[in-house]
Amino acid sequence: MTTQSKKNYVHDEYGWIRKIMIYVLLILGLAFFLLPVVWMLSTALKTLPETQAFPPKWIPSFQWHNFVQVFKEVPFGRFTWNSVWYTIVTVCSTTFFSAFVAFGFARLKARGKAVLFGIVLSTMMLPPQVTMIPQYLIFNKLGLVDSYWPLIIPTIGGSAFTIFLLRQFYMGLPKELDEAVEIDGGGYFTIFFRILLPLSMPGMATAAIMEFMYRWNDLIGPLIYLSTPDKYPLALGLANFTAAFAQTPWNLLMAASIIAILPPLLLFFFAQKYFIRGIVISGTKG
Amino acid sequence: MHLDHSVETQRTVRTKKKVKRSPKAKRQERAFWLFISPWVIGFICFTGGPIIASLFLSFTSYDIVSSPIWVGLGNYIHLFSDFLVLKSLSATAFYALLAVPFTIILGLLLAILLNQKVKGQAFFRTAFYAPSIISGVSVAFLWSWLLNPDFGVVNSLLKQLFGIDGPNWFNSTNWVIPSMALMQLTAVGGTMVIFLASLQQLPKELYESAALDGAKGWAKFIHITVPLISPVILFNTIIAIIGSFQIFTQAYVITQGGPDWHSYFYVYYLFDTAFSQYRMGYASALAWVLFIIIFVLTMLSLFVSRRLVYYEYENK
Repeated sequence: MTTQSKKNYVHDEYGWIRKIMIYVLLILGLAFFLLPVVWMLSTALKTLPETQAFPPKWIPSFQWHNFVQVFKEVPFGRFTWNSVWYTIVTVCSTTFFSAFVAFGFARLKARGKAVLFGIVLSTMMLPPQVTMIPQYLIFNKLGLVDSYWPLIIPTIGGSAFTIFLLRQFYMGLPKELDEAVEIDGGGYFTIFFRILLPLSMPGMATAAIMEFMYRWNDLIGPLIYLSTPDKYPLALGLANFTAAFAQTPWNLLMAASIIAILPPLLLFFFAQKYFIRGIVISGTKG
Repeated sequence: MHLDHSVETQRTVRTKKKVKRSPKAKRQERAFWLFISPWVIGFICFTGGPIIASLFLSFTSYDIVSSPIWVGLGNYIHLFSDFLVLKSLSATAFYALLAVPFTIILGLLLAILLNQKVKGQAFFRTAFYAPSIISGVSVAFLWSWLLNPDFGVVNSLLKQLFGIDGPNWFNSTNWVIPSMALMQLTAVGGTMVIFLASLQQLPKELYESAALDGAKGWAKFIHITVPLISPVILFNTIIAIIGSFQIFTQAYVITQGGPDWHSYFYVYYLFDTAFSQYRMGYASALAWVLFIIIFVLTMLSLFVSRRLVYYEYENK
């Protein structure tokens, strides 16, 4: 007891200087991270002449109608709807099929399983640029270019990362559960749909969020396949936003960017722990 | 007839392998193939098949309209004399050279800062991570606006606070790549969280015994923290290298490869070759070269790190 307090005393001699330094650094970091976002919001609420003021004005004149204007200048409502349905469909499909496949790899014994799983993992190493061109040629042959099909159909194979993530999750669930179902006369489908799938909801949420972030932000996929502006998702619509103007309307562009990041941001604030878990799992797999 | 035949094959398989498989094991194996069948179909159609097709195409000249013409190693030979390959590869390598160390060092420093026990720790962690949610096109426009040479807030503040005339950032041939690397400031959150998770798993006993031996903060960092998290540093470095070599969106949105081709990255060139010029054969060769580059860099990182990375199990 006495040695413990003595040690704390010695340690705390310069402790307060350290504490202050840590706080100064934290607040400095906070400024660096948050000011760009504050500036984005401030710009979105300005008139165009205001955006060009020197010295820069941090408090805008609150032009809330900029957010309405965005929808009038370009078919932004259309883009938003396209992004929403496309993301929902691909996230559901990828997560479900990945879970299905992950169950096979986690719970069922078969010859050659290790080799097959090795192939799943190795496809994560392959840069997507290698398969991008033949995939385009296939969908071009099928006459499906300029539709969402080329972006949706490949999701039936699941994603290697999600399969890996969910397999890890299933391996962590006790095998006695499966045996209990088998004793009751249930087959593998019962084990998967009634037991493992409901129990792995936290894992599914993590996987779905990571897939959501990828789909919502992906530019190159829609850029390759979609050519009719009415079909654009937000990422592509936003990238072409300035085309309608002679001079870049920075206030409207920032307002449009904010609309595009709002869904991921809301999701983050409601499901923060799943975000962090997903990143940590992806970081510890190596 | 059919039944007999299947029994016959089963018998031969059995005698060959000399393993008796119970009906349950067989049932399980069939179920396994059923469950992984979506992946098998997806793999054949969208990964394995395309890999072979891509390799074949890379030895041809193909414009989609007429059928592919075999050119042997022609595409690969042409790569070496292609000015834009040189230009785009050097732009990409320069970017990776700046962005990778920047991401790793900044991510590690921020993780250490967020690992300190202070009030409001949870708030700071959320606030530092949140900006990395903004990605893709939005973050590209945000930085394009922050670093705007005329009305951007960064140059305005530089002028206002320090009296410095800021550079032209994305509009300057010298500054465009450093500007792209600077954008990683918004994306560093992911790397930071991985480092933070690994720091939290470090055994406290080591630090306590080091403190008893009189080790100071810096010495503890260099001799305990860095060796223990070295596998994570390696992982983050490899991920950052792979990511850097695939940079595309930022350049497409902000600079369109300019000024004067200085941010015309490799994947941008590949994209244009395939989907603006429809030179599918040459673009496939470009893709394979990208794969080889990424593969070699990954192996090189693993090789170089063999002496530098400390794995716990080796000493046990």
